[in-house]
Amino acid sequence: MRKALYLVILLMFSCNNDNKVKGDEGLEKEINAGELKVYDFKGFEKYLSTTTDKIYVVNFWATWCAPCVKELPFLEELNKNYANQNVEVILVSLDFPNAYETKLKPFIKNKKLQSKVVALNDTDSNTWIPKVSEDWSGAIPATLIFNKEKRMFYEQSFTYAELENEIKQFLK
Amino acid sequence: MHKFKTFFSVIAIVITSSIMAQSGYKVGDIATDFKLENVDGTMVSLSDYNQAKGYIVIFTCNTCPFSVAYEDRIVALNNMFEAQGYPVIAIMPNNPTASPGDSMEAMKARSKAKGFTFPYVMDKNQEIYPKYGASKTPHVYVLQKTKKGNQVKYIGAIDDNYQDAEAANQKYVEDAVNALLEGKPVLETHTRAIGCTIKV
Repeated sequence: MRKALYLVILLMFSCNNDNKVKGDEGLEKEINAGELKVYDFKGFEKYLSTTTDKIYVVNFWATWCAPCVKELPFLEELNKNYANQNVEVILVSLDFPNAYETKLKPFIKNKKLQSKVVALNDTDSNTWIPKVSEDWSGAIPATLIFNKEKRMFYEQSFTYAELENEIKQFLK
Repeated sequence: MHKFKTFFSVIAIVITSSIMAQSGYKVGDIATDFKLENVDGTMVSLSDYNQAKGYIVIFTCNTCPFSVAYEDRIVALNNMFEAQGYPVIAIMPNNPTASPGDSMEAMKARSKAKGFTFPYVMDKNQEIYPKYGASKTPHVYVLQKTKKGNQVKYIGAIDDNYQDAEAANQKYVEDAVNALLEGKPVLETHTRAIGCTIKV
């Protein structure tokens, strides 16, 4: 019961904070201006660990992946509602490079994505998939949640409630 | 209390789904045969191929960009290996209700347009792909006919570059089948690649 009460307070608190999360809008502009960051795995690897107190939710997706697109709003919501608790969502697009201009950038703009979006373009997936997680077969969507102490990997789709449940294990 | 129930049911789902993701064949296992409808209306089974030494079973579909990127290479694999006893059999594992672009009609159209020289069958009841353990498209299983049955010799990707066949450094399936044809062990038996989840 106390947990539920805490949750309600938490939700109210994060709702109140809606208007304050203005910082993210700068990012949207950056992407709209064509500054989508594209990495090979070596360059991208820095997004897979941290020495700070932050909790990262790294989601692998693509505009052509229907279940990925379906769960994006939940990741966006999580990013917004838990920003004040040191949670950051990073959306890693696996779109093909020839779709960056035609599909990915328009998608980011139209959906007004506020989470950080980066593109990973590294064709040697057999080498880098196990470095993200030994448990990953390569199917997307796939999500990695980690802080400096622990990491969890999920080859599955999420609902908002499921994401919150996972995040709470890190917030304890 | 209700919260706890929800929490545990979520955990149960997560555990179940991760077990499901882990299940399926490993290299060395004997793969099941099937009887699935082809784009030409006939039913196709592994046992139809009396002369085959093995099979290149590829779970693939119309709608996944990674599958589409590999279509020409799948045709090339069949052209290269069918006559040598390793025909390609492409299985479409998606539920066409969830993925309308993968209906039998759409499969027929794609097979015709791309000039598929191999069966393109539908796993209509979605019973075969879980037995194999396919988690995505494309997902390849190279099988070798043995006395014990059709033994899994390779699981994974076609090659190491989905964007450009010419730029691929490692041709996993080609290497595996060539090794089997020469009676040598398959060196790389399991690889991973990005793919589209199977639509249920």
